[in-house]
Amino acid sequence: MEKMIEELLKEFRQGSKRAAARIISLIENEAPEGKEILRVLYKESGRSYIVGITGPAGAGKSTLTDALVKLMRHRGYRVGVVAVDPTSPFTGGALLGDRVRMSDLTLDPGVFIRSMASRGHLGGLSWAARDALVVLDAFGCDYILVETVGAGQSQVDVVKVADTVVLVTVPGLGDDIQAAKAGIMEIGDIFVVNKADRGDADQVVRYLQSILEQQTKTEGWLPPVIKTVAWRGEGVEELLDAVERHRSFLVNSGHLDPLRKMRLKEEIIERVERLIFARLKKEVRMDGVLEEVYSRQLDPLSAAEALVGEIIPQAGSAGRK
Amino acid sequence: MMRKIRVLIAKPGLDGHDRGAKVIARALRDAGMEVIYTGIRQTPEQIVAAAVQEDVDVVGLSLLSGAHLHLFPKVVKLLREQVGDKVLVIGGGIIPEEDIPILKEQGVAAIFGPGTPTSVIIDFIKEKVGEKSQGTSA
Ligand SMILES: Nc1nc2c(ncn2[C@@H]2O[C@H](COP(=O)(O)OP(=O)(O)O)[C@@H](O)[C@H]2O)c(=O)[nH]1
Ligand SMILES: [Mg+2]
Repeated sequence: MEKMIEELLKEFRQGSKRAAARIISLIENEAPEGKEILRVLYKESGRSYIVGITGPAGAGKSTLTDALVKLMRHRGYRVGVVAVDPTSPFTGGALLGDRVRMSDLTLDPGVFIRSMASRGHLGGLSWAARDALVVLDAFGCDYILVETVGAGQSQVDVVKVADTVVLVTVPGLGDDIQAAKAGIMEIGDIFVVNKADRGDADQVVRYLQSILEQQTKTEGWLPPVIKTVAWRGEGVEELLDAVERHRSFLVNSGHLDPLRKMRLKEEIIERVERLIFARLKKEVRMDGVLEEVYSRQLDPLSAAEALVGEIIPQAGSAGRK
Repeated sequence: MMRKIRVLIAKPGLDGHDRGAKVIARALRDAGMEVIYTGIRQTPEQIVAAAVQEDVDVVGLSLLSGAHLHLFPKVVKLLREQVGDKVLVIGGGIIPEEDIPILKEQGVAAIFGPGTPTSVIIDFIKEKVGEKSQGTSA
């Protein structure tokens, strides 16, 4: 195992896409080698700027990503793309079709694209997808774009990883109001009304602006609303300018570091929860307790406290020195 | 472990009909695989570059335009050069009977003509990929 890891890392550091791809698979398959490699690569990461692109299926996110990446390449950046599509809850399979819109980028040496299924995460970002960002970061990407389908959880999940969140909508969906109600608009740093060649984009722009003026995600940043025609590349220059402006804003206002720290804190807590949960399921004997609860000798909350107490010593008794 | 079979479906060549390729893609998804669909008019270079980045177990090529004798072996050759022989290459579409042995000789594992039940393709992939992953993990 050691030798395999060393060889992969060596190839990876020489810029091999094959090695980067292998590493992401190892992580995705929850192989022990993947975990080892991630420990190493995390220390080499932290330089990428991560942009989330989310919105309803068919809004043109992949087309927009393609156009945005081309422009980023033009400005000299190395770019990674992680495109997430939902896993079918019934079969466990997934159809990942985002590459169809990004064919032109496939052969660009400065671009790495990976399609990932949400796997256990009901349409959201899997842990593997989040770890893949670390891999691409360590690989030397200046920008990483994460495309997720904006249906419920995944749309919110993107906030956990992205420095700038781009929310994409299109005219005539009629769900702008829904989005406003569901609080989804609060996660956007930049809004895009794509397919401005169809329907009344100006009306959607005005509507979004009117809502945005009443609420703020970040003090001092009024999210711009940009019209695009992604398949002709129109408005994409403005979009990239907006991304770079948001980035400078976060840096200059001192928001970026606290934002990233808060995300990491959330991530650590989530991982702690997951580890505890896994141990609870594996180590704790349920049967006796279950009988006691069922026969009303013990209430469920006390039972849970006792079970957690078994795997985590009480605070103070064996805490950190 | 959450080992999933990953398959890249691509259409090399100039014809723009991808109905068949999409039917296969959906069938493989419904069989629990992760299917990366890359669309029409892909060059062998593009197909292989995508297969590398996606780290797939299988590349499925579909072609109606008749350039299979050139394009399929080209994909196999580039794959061998860039990732070794761990990737299974299969083909479909309209391929004359007499060309099948030639393609197999050049490293295409199987050709599935029009009307092949998708279950046959699914079973073939599961069997072959199972063999390969057992071989490498030992
Ligand atoms: N009319 C119009 N169609 C577009 C535009 N951008 C993308 N599309 C089309 O919308 C469909 C969905 O695009 P895609 O990028 O796959 O959307 P995604 O599901 O959000 O990633 C495709 O057929 C695109 O060609 C646009 O600006 N105008
Ligand atoms: Mg897409």
